Amino acid sequence: MYVSVQDQPFDLGTVSAKFAEGHSNNGAIVTFTGLVRGGADDRLEAMEIEHYPGMTEAALNAMAENAINRFSLGDALIIHRYGRLVPGEMIMMVATAARHRKNAFEAAEFLMDYLKSRAPFWKREISDSGASWVASKDEDEDALSRW
Amino acid sequence: MDILYFAWVRERIGVPRERIETSAATVSDLVAELRSREERYELAFSDLGSLRVAVDQELADFDASLAGVREVAFFPPMTGG
Repeated sequence: MYVSVQDQPFDLGTVSAKFAEGHSNNGAIVTFTGLVRGGADDRLEAMEIEHYPGMTEAALNAMAENAINRFSLGDALIIHRYGRLVPGEMIMMVATAARHRKNAFEAAEFLMDYLKSRAPFWKREISDSGASWVASKDEDEDALSRW
Repeated sequence: MDILYFAWVRERIGVPRERIETSAATVSDLVAELRSREERYELAFSDLGSLRVAVDQELADFDASLAGVREVAFFPPMTGG
């Protein structure tokens, strides 16, 4: 299991390749990567992500452990960045390894749903018209009910 | 007790954290105490439905006990991922 909360970028290829090593008992690896999405009118200059040091690491470790137990994973990984990011930059990634693909896909979705509304991160969008905190979505909260 | 604020709660209160002496028994009692202090707290805590709370770094309810608690954090709903 690997969890990292960091301001620095990560290399998707390197992280994915390392995660995929040594899984003689697992037949499936799923990775998901989230990017900063530019606004519809392309005016988003940057995304600033604030977090709660200490609680964030504990929450992500608990989520990864839950996913491993619930979906019988061989391994799980969560990387989430904070600080100032521009459109196109990678914000976060999850990776899951399981014997079969169904559990690997479901565990990745489980982790994403929990990261959205149970990990202490807050996003602020900076555009040429100013800065605004990103509001949580009801659908993100609702997504947890299926687990 | 250390009180931490994040995102727009931090902006409204004006500091990221502060240490206060309180005899509040629950989170709700603490909120009531803070709101009675100054306008900026009243502004930050005016809509509890849009706030979340963590007690010693774990998500909690507003009726959670503060017995033995070292750290309470207030923030808006989280937007990770």
